Amino acid sequence: MSLRLRHAGLNAILGMALVGALLLTIGIGLCWMPYDPLAIDLAHPLGPPAWSHWFGTDEFGRDVLSRSMLGARISVLIALATVSVAIALGTTLGLLAGYLRGWTDRLLMMVTDAVLAFPGILLALALIAVLGSSNGSIILALATAYTPSVVRVVRGTVLSIREREFIEASRSAGDSALATIVRHILPNILPPVVVLATSLFGWAMLSESALSFLGVGVPPPAPTWGNMLSASRPYMDVAGWLSIVPGLCIAGTLLGINLLGDALRDWLDPRRQS
Amino acid sequence: MIASVPAPLLRFDGVRIETSGRSGSAPQTLLEGLSFEIGAGEFVAVVGESGSGKTLAARAILSLLPSGVRQSAGRIELEGRDLTQLGTLELRKVRGAQIGMVFQEPMVSLNPAITIERQLAEGMRLHRQLSGDEIRQRSVAMLERVRIADPACCLKSYPHEFSGGMRQRIMLASVLLLQPKLLIADEPTTALDTLSQREVLELMVELARDNGTAVLLITHDLGLVARYTERAIVLEKGRLMESGPTGQILSNPRNPYTRRLVESLPRGRADLAAVPITAPTVLEVRKVCIEYPGRLGLFRPGIPKRVVHGVDLEVRAGEIVAVVGASGSGKSTLGRAVLGLKPLAAGTVRFNGVDLSRMSAAQRRQFRRSAQLVFQDPYSSLDPRLRVRDIVAATLRHADDLHATEKRARVQAILEEVGLASFADRFPHQMSGGQRQRVAIARAVVSRPRLVVADEPVSALDVTIQQQVLALLQKLQSQYGFACLFITHDLAVVRQIAARVIVMSGGVVVEEGLVSSVFRNPGNKYTRELLEATPALHVAAPPR
Amino acid sequence: MLGYIFKRLLLTLPTLLLVSVAVFLIIRLIPGDPALVLLGEGADAASLAGVRADLGLDRPLPVQFVSWLEHALKGDLGHSIVSGEPVSGLILQHFGLTAAVVLAAVTLATLIGATAGLAAAWRRNSAIDLAVVGAATVVLAVPSFWLGLLLLLLFGLKLGWLPFVGYVPFSESATQAFAFLVLPIVTLTITESGVLTRMMRASSLDVLELDYVTHARAKGLSERTVLTRHVFPNAFAPTLTLVGLTLGHLLGGIAVIETVFTLPGLGRLMVDSVLSRDYPVVQGCLLFTAVVYVVVNLLVDLCYPIFDPRVTAR
Repeated sequence: MSLRLRHAGLNAILGMALVGALLLTIGIGLCWMPYDPLAIDLAHPLGPPAWSHWFGTDEFGRDVLSRSMLGARISVLIALATVSVAIALGTTLGLLAGYLRGWTDRLLMMVTDAVLAFPGILLALALIAVLGSSNGSIILALATAYTPSVVRVVRGTVLSIREREFIEASRSAGDSALATIVRHILPNILPPVVVLATSLFGWAMLSESALSFLGVGVPPPAPTWGNMLSASRPYMDVAGWLSIVPGLCIAGTLLGINLLGDALRDWLDPRRQS
Repeated sequence: MIASVPAPLLRFDGVRIETSGRSGSAPQTLLEGLSFEIGAGEFVAVVGESGSGKTLAARAILSLLPSGVRQSAGRIELEGRDLTQLGTLELRKVRGAQIGMVFQEPMVSLNPAITIERQLAEGMRLHRQLSGDEIRQRSVAMLERVRIADPACCLKSYPHEFSGGMRQRIMLASVLLLQPKLLIADEPTTALDTLSQREVLELMVELARDNGTAVLLITHDLGLVARYTERAIVLEKGRLMESGPTGQILSNPRNPYTRRLVESLPRGRADLAAVPITAPTVLEVRKVCIEYPGRLGLFRPGIPKRVVHGVDLEVRAGEIVAVVGASGSGKSTLGRAVLGLKPLAAGTVRFNGVDLSRMSAAQRRQFRRSAQLVFQDPYSSLDPRLRVRDIVAATLRHADDLHATEKRARVQAILEEVGLASFADRFPHQMSGGQRQRVAIARAVVSRPRLVVADEPVSALDVTIQQQVLALLQKLQSQYGFACLFITHDLAVVRQIAARVIVMSGGVVVEEGLVSSVFRNPGNKYTRELLEATPALHVAAPPR
Repeated sequence: MLGYIFKRLLLTLPTLLLVSVAVFLIIRLIPGDPALVLLGEGADAASLAGVRADLGLDRPLPVQFVSWLEHALKGDLGHSIVSGEPVSGLILQHFGLTAAVVLAAVTLATLIGATAGLAAAWRRNSAIDLAVVGAATVVLAVPSFWLGLLLLLLFGLKLGWLPFVGYVPFSESATQAFAFLVLPIVTLTITESGVLTRMMRASSLDVLELDYVTHARAKGLSERTVLTRHVFPNAFAPTLTLVGLTLGHLLGGIAVIETVFTLPGLGRLMVDSVLSRDYPVVQGCLLFTAVVYVVVNLLVDLCYPIFDPRVTAR
């Protein structure tokens, strides 16, 4: 195998390992966790990592490992919901804009550009300010921030596919517009959309943890890695692990998702097909 | 005293090029033991199809092989000096000043971010000691020589402001300003239309002769070889097949591959009589005008641009009518309009006597089955996600009068006829360009159409493959008797395949008639120029 | 060229309009009496009545929007519920710091990213390439706030090299102010250079394959000239777009860095006002940031022709 191919394969393996570890943790966490993540134990606050508590305990004596496991589940669910909404909505709008063109396209693009004019986090902050801080509002806020990116990517891909001659062939064989879209365009936009979905998933997790870190995300006592990091700040000099562990979880998960996304993109690369 | 034989200008001696085979995989040989010579001022062609190694041989001269490919054996000598042994600094002195190179794709041959002036001056600044004014003067003089209007304005402009033909001429100017001893031209005109092609090559030959520059022309086009070169070497799959004086190679090829190449040149056929007037008219086009909507401005609708202007034509059952023109002549647009794929701004199109715009839904469906299109680009006309079998079957999707088993049988039958029976389950990316075009033809013919519009179906193919596909099309046409509108820019292909021809330029028909009479006695100036500029027409046929 | 500039300017106007409509509507989405929302619970009847008249709440929504826009264009964005200060004043006070950090970080990140990306592409599949790609991939996965915390932990707490909490304005002491900004700027530079490196590497790889690069080499130019004069401008153009997007997204993302390092910047202002339901400030920050983002992208677009003259032809 060439160096390049070996490297790409390594990416995929590492990515799968990391993501696999995440999924495993969540899976295990659904049935069993070492301690109750919400159980306060004021007798043992800020305990360093030890056999009894692998990741130590936080300022309320809660087990950091258990909280991390629950946090994983919450973050992943929120990210999954966000990505689903953004992809579903974005793909539909992108298809309409790209295939119909004309005024539909212009209107959609103007709205998309307007939403994109807000930095994602700020838009989410503003929406949360209006809707209140809950899981549902986070999902809605983040989905609103990400849908325009999906619309753009889908529209761009549709525009380039539209010009390809097999689309003309489909129309000249007598297919209606809807049939052409479903039969020929949709399957061909799947690869970029799948790659985008993996990127979005990573961004969504990152954004959710950032919002939680800022205090406007998932409200306590529910743990997510972001708010655990935020809570660790006053105790940094005595309990450094509280600042390290949640961040490591975030970074590890994101690394896994990015690597998988890269491997996926390479695998689906149309250049392989020529 | 024995006069010493002067060393040839360029000498290849046993050159082998292979992939570097890094990390495990065995190196693949791309060019095997190539040896030949070029004398000073000689014009030599390196002929071959894709995969022959001709481009690699050219790049090896200046050590410009792509990454992953290296020269593993042999010498390349310039006036006795082995170029492969030169250090970087020495090599850089040779590049540009002694040997110049011109490339194929005009769209990416010039740096889009820098003005023409800077690009022309670059070489001179490096290799010659000239003042800024002198550089500018020479640049302007050379641009005039390559017939660029308003050279001073050109200098200040960027490459994207020029057409493909002009960019090639600018690149020629840039390279020849340094007066190299050898000019390597790698398919310099393949991406240009026939008339531009002629302009660029004539210029190249002229300038080379003036400077005493030798030319190494890399090409697949035997017509160009015949017209512009003195000697030729023929490569196939990395091996030297034959070499010698051009005239001799073309009229008396000794090597079987060379013979195949020469025979693949499209030639006229005596048996292409026109179809009798009594045959039913399948397609009738009257005073058709087609417009492109202008670009929408911010507050106003765009001004439409007329691309086809008052065109009349007829195609009868069983005949092949060719539509010839350069790119931008409107021929492709016309082809699509004839199938109802582009709206008409004026005029009528009648299929089997029925006006397209007045067809009922049922008639339309029937029309869609009876009139088919074969596209130019074998790489984008097939859905990459479907198997061959499904691609061909798609045409029959709306055929309600056929049973599912009948449809499957038909698909299988047509695949056999085009010689792709075993490819039914493959995907497009697993097939070559020629095979894909055969799939496209199968797709068009499977519904037993009355009319097939073929839009440049063989332009993107190697010359031997071209012959195969053309022969296939002719065979199917005589077997099923469909009318065919054959759109192309290549007059040599027209001569081989069509009985009648229509010449278009700038959206209007400038000439039409029987191929034999138009070719022998062109009435229109544009037609005459086109005939002159098509080199393949003038290659003498070898004795069979 | 002038036409290009003019067209770009013209195209931003509808966007800015839509942005202001969106900002206006977001706050109106809050259920309840807008006057109460704007003034807070403790306001007295007189001021409430005053605000109601000011906003023209009895008039139709579009009219309210126009009057709000009028005020905004004059620089009047209302007053903070919490502190009573004018919103525009607050924003301008806090923006200077944010702008300094963001601009410094993006400039450094672009320099690093462009150089590393080009070098990696030039020596594709070599050790340098793998190292650069590896580093960029890891950096992409690290959240900026975590990196900030770690750097703070290491250089601030454990090693005590740099101060880390709070801020001293430039007007008091330039060196001290600078010292407080080093860690935040370094954090952001690291995090943002990842994506810029990857983009530059990808577009450099594409450009290196093109004929005009081989043509430049065939002229006898040195590899260095080929890279700087022929490869770099063409490869940098897509990265430039990304720089614009990065600047924009940092205007929001800076909030986490300002939180970690306790810097009184615009991001922190926005977050605090969200937490304290200080709606006029939220609205003002949102509008201001969006406008800045649009203007920044416009400037980036205007710089684009330097690297790719083809865009002016459209």
